[in-house]
Amino acid sequence: MTTSDEDLAYAAANGDGQAFASLLDRHYDRLFAYCFRMTGQRSEAEDLTQDICAALPAKLASYQRRAKVTTWLYRVAMNAAHDRRRKQATYAKASDGWGDWEQARTAVNHEAADQIDWLTQAMAQLAPDLRDTLALVLDDMTHAAAAEVMGVSEGTISWRISEAKKALKAIKEKEDAQ
Amino acid sequence: MNDDLDDLKAMMATPKPDAQRRAADLALAQKNFENLQGSTDQPRPTPVTGLNGLWTGVTTMLSTFTSKGGLTATTALVACGFLFLTPTGQDMWQSDGSRVTGNEHLIDPIPESDAIPAETTAAVDKALAEAPANFTTPAPVEAEDFDDSALTRPAEARGRVIEVPPAMEMADVQNMGDVAAPTVAPAPAPNARRLNTQGAPEFNGVMPSMVDMAPPPLDTNTERFANADSNPLKVTAEEPVSTFSIDVDTASYSIVRNSIMRGQLPPAEAVRVEEMINYFPYDYAAPEAGGDPFQPTVSVIPTPWNADTQLVHIALQGELPIVDERPALNLVFLIDTSGSMSDASKLPLLKQSFLLMLDQLRPEDEVAIVEYAGSAGQVLAPTPASERTKIRNALNGLGAGGGTNGQGGLEQAYSIAESMSSDGEVSRVLLATDGDFNVGLSDPSGLENFIADKRDTGTFLSVLGFGRGNLNDQTMQTLAQNGNGTAAYIDTLSEAQKVLVDQLTGALFPIASDVKVQVEFDPTQIAEYRLIGYETRALNREDFNNDAVDAGDLGAGHTVTALYEVTPVGSPARMTDPLRYGAAQAAEESDELGFLKLRYKEPGADVSQLIETPILRNSTASTEAQFAASIAGFGQILRGDSNLGSWSMGDAIALATENKGADSFGYRAEAIQLMRLAESLGRN
Repeated sequence: MTTSDEDLAYAAANGDGQAFASLLDRHYDRLFAYCFRMTGQRSEAEDLTQDICAALPAKLASYQRRAKVTTWLYRVAMNAAHDRRRKQATYAKASDGWGDWEQARTAVNHEAADQIDWLTQAMAQLAPDLRDTLALVLDDMTHAAAAEVMGVSEGTISWRISEAKKALKAIKEKEDAQ
Repeated sequence: MNDDLDDLKAMMATPKPDAQRRAADLALAQKNFENLQGSTDQPRPTPVTGLNGLWTGVTTMLSTFTSKGGLTATTALVACGFLFLTPTGQDMWQSDGSRVTGNEHLIDPIPESDAIPAETTAAVDKALAEAPANFTTPAPVEAEDFDDSALTRPAEARGRVIEVPPAMEMADVQNMGDVAAPTVAPAPAPNARRLNTQGAPEFNGVMPSMVDMAPPPLDTNTERFANADSNPLKVTAEEPVSTFSIDVDTASYSIVRNSIMRGQLPPAEAVRVEEMINYFPYDYAAPEAGGDPFQPTVSVIPTPWNADTQLVHIALQGELPIVDERPALNLVFLIDTSGSMSDASKLPLLKQSFLLMLDQLRPEDEVAIVEYAGSAGQVLAPTPASERTKIRNALNGLGAGGGTNGQGGLEQAYSIAESMSSDGEVSRVLLATDGDFNVGLSDPSGLENFIADKRDTGTFLSVLGFGRGNLNDQTMQTLAQNGNGTAAYIDTLSEAQKVLVDQLTGALFPIASDVKVQVEFDPTQIAEYRLIGYETRALNREDFNNDAVDAGDLGAGHTVTALYEVTPVGSPARMTDPLRYGAAQAAEESDELGFLKLRYKEPGADVSQLIETPILRNSTASTEAQFAASIAGFGQILRGDSNLGSWSMGDAIALATENKGADSFGYRAEAIQLMRLAESLGRN
């Protein structure tokens, strides 16, 4: 691992297939974890990761040397997640009813097998903004880095994190009360 | 601040990604990455044309001009102006003539740059080269006037030789004519040949006279269309005999149609008039059963575009053997699957076309498929045509990708064809390509020799061209001409229908090989003649009786049409003056204008047969001949030919519409539509 991510990405953007392969290999697990955090479901995370992998070569062109590769990668992943949510919203509207129910049922089965932790379940109830931000920060990102990924100010990130914590606490209390 | 977050994180269990999914995703990303690399298009160059381009050029020039260079150039310009525009200057320059002309340029007003004194700056060089156009205003003299007067001059009268510098334009030739016509004689044939850069192979050494005193063609090595300059006007007294090989290709017409349908006039060099004429089936008199395999019909009709000349219309109609008795057929499809074939108009159309043809084959016919892309490979071993599903599946399994190795594929296809053939069967390789032979032997003459050798062993080759942008028309032509086959260009499924279904028998079963045409005109009747089209098919006069010389083949039911524009003696349209000292012959009007001789070989035979018939003066203009004339006019307009005068596309449309005939397949209607489109395009 002597070559920096940035050098690899630069080489890949210029057509070096080997560089692209090792870059993606390095970051795949992290990418998957982030996707999982954003979606909260294993199957969803897998599909989202696949989407990102398929689209990543074309996105390489948008990589700017001055940005960190992780920053760039998270931004791509976040945008992909947003796209996916938007599509799902449309789809859900179209197939309201039985399809929805069936999807929910299979998802629940899946989750049960995975023994999803409390945090993930709780995060799924947060607003998308808060959830994405929290996912980034939980991934050992500083608020500044997260701000760069999301294209907002650092203050906004801090505010969102505190909001998210408040919301999580509320969920926890609600559950404890039951 | 992150303390409670750490607590949260401790609660978090992130699942490990599934190993299989991981590998699959990585592979997918890699694949997309490769695809992206491959398909990156070159950035489209922004066309800078017209005034803008000129202005950009001028500003660029001015902004990079240094004062030193500017001074040198303007000084040089003034010096040149003095040299050429003032009488004193001209005297100086002309008295210097002996020094300037290194070789035999005594009457050539353009000094060659290497003869200029070394101290002259580059700017002067340039100005000198351009100067003659400034000091002698080109008089509005017809180019033909000069050419023809030079042509008619008897050989003895030929004086010094002028070497025309390749960069010289027509205007300069005209000037030369003005200045020095009395002493100028045309360059003899070898020199003329030097200028003829792009002739077809059999043209080499054959230029019957100074074909290219007309504008010397630009160096067209980058062009990939096979063509030569239009046949020049010939003076019957000097050269009464004209010889050429028949041409049953149709590729040129399809290319023209494809261009026009895309809203562009075709490049002039893509237009081969004879192929346009021969694209259409004509209803000529059929040969009698048991006689020669084809029947010539000769008629003389008034020229549509010139009231004072006539068209000699020579038509050959091939016999149509009874289809049921045709021999078994061995077909090897040699299919180009290089990356460039992936276009919708290439490989997919090719598959559809071949599937159409499959239905025309009989159970006893055999089909094999070879693809070539980088390395050649047999896709389908020889399979009887009755196993349609198997062939269909093999065809559908073809995909485009990789480079092209035309010759490797050809070799394999031929060896398969040879393994398939047995007595009495016809073997043919059908090469389908977008014209790309860019790996391996890309030199047409190398491939051509290979194919000519194979032709002698009895395996023929036909070439089907697909798609535009990459089309190597010249290689296609060369290969098909040497393989005793036809070159067709398939741009639509209906063209595939015409070539591979309606006219399949003709395309695959030759009834006469090496068909040559020789016409001798009577100089007492015909002053001048001009063969329309067949530029790439010219033969030497002596080649006619030489059975070793290859020529085109006539397929079953094919028709071949050739047109000569002839100027009768005494016609006001005559371009050349009669000779003062020529043999004075009494010009009695006779019915016989000339004599037509045809030679052909029975397929497989080595000795040729001769058919002779006189060309008689008659005035029955058949519909078929008139339609052929209209297409000839169309083609010549597209080529920008100067022989048509004010005759326009509108006249061609009117003539074609009048003579559309039955047109049961709609080809003629389509041609008229094309003419109308071309007329509109031509106005822009």
